[in-house]
Amino acid sequence: MGYLQGKFEENFIVTSVDSLFNWARLSSVWPMTFGLACCAIEMMHTGACRFDLDRFGMGVFRASPRQADLMIVAGTVTYKMARRIELLYHQMPDPKWVLAMGSCAIGGGPYHEFGYHVVKGVDLYIPVDVYVPGCPPRPETLLAGLIELQQKIRQDRTLRKKEAIIPPAQPASEAAAV
Amino acid sequence: MEHLAIFALLRETFGEEKILEHVITGDEKKGWRDPFILVRTDALPEICLFLRDDPRTACEVLHCVSAVEWPEYFESVYHLRSMEHRHWAILKVRASKEDPRVPSVTSVWPAADWLERECYDLMGVVYEGHPNLKRILLDDAWEGHPLRKDYQMPTHEHLRELGF
Repeated sequence: MGYLQGKFEENFIVTSVDSLFNWARLSSVWPMTFGLACCAIEMMHTGACRFDLDRFGMGVFRASPRQADLMIVAGTVTYKMARRIELLYHQMPDPKWVLAMGSCAIGGGPYHEFGYHVVKGVDLYIPVDVYVPGCPPRPETLLAGLIELQQKIRQDRTLRKKEAIIPPAQPASEAAAV
Repeated sequence: MEHLAIFALLRETFGEEKILEHVITGDEKKGWRDPFILVRTDALPEICLFLRDDPRTACEVLHCVSAVEWPEYFESVYHLRSMEHRHWAILKVRASKEDPRVPSVTSVWPAADWLERECYDLMGVVYEGHPNLKRILLDDAWEGHPLRKDYQMPTHEHLRELGF
């Protein structure tokens, strides 16, 4: 914070509103409990003790879209389910993010050609922020995707003007340390 | 009871008119497998009722109803199981390609309800007398029966027009 740094008494931190908001948001991204297929098993694995999603403040899986910030689309999206996903997405309060997990959610996966009932990518229905490839992706991959999402949230602009210069993205290793 | 013995019992009870043939594949060396009894389509409910209620067969469990498409006809397959005697009975009936209609066995085994709905949903075999014959897996607005050989893959745009 430039010349304001250290000008006040102790326990007084100077920061920008955007940085504070972004820090708060990226440190408590609550995902929605949302498993569609086998990817959900890996998602549960990520949330369990070995990979421990709580380290990122993301371990609070909410059973209601009203309390969730992040929708992890974990699995095969069928046309019957797509409308429900769309509805759930609209029920989530802003700001909200979507992570497409696994080949099926990204682009139909193994059902792309002959799966008559499979949506060829969930991004045909809702906007996706991060794509995590794999069939299913291992928990490390999902964690990497979630860290990428944190990077994205860090660059959100609430008060800054659109024309503001986008700060260069930090490498993932540095972000994990924060 | 052996599968062939069940066939003999049915022949004895219903005659050749209704119990058409007993088919089994394999040979002496590799062993016999996949036996089934082909029966007349309109006689199916009474045969099923006999298989369930007769103490010699006592097939009280309907394991599976499945539909098969062959070049000339549709086939509906019933896997029956007796917990008491520990034997199986496999029935098959045939229906025409143009208008596949098979009598429902929901009155015999309530378990047939969802199984027949699944066959109707994916293969388009109509089970006459079913209390609630509608789609079970696909959406109600879906067009066609996807497991048929002549099914055309719907495009995304077409499905969006249908409201998906």
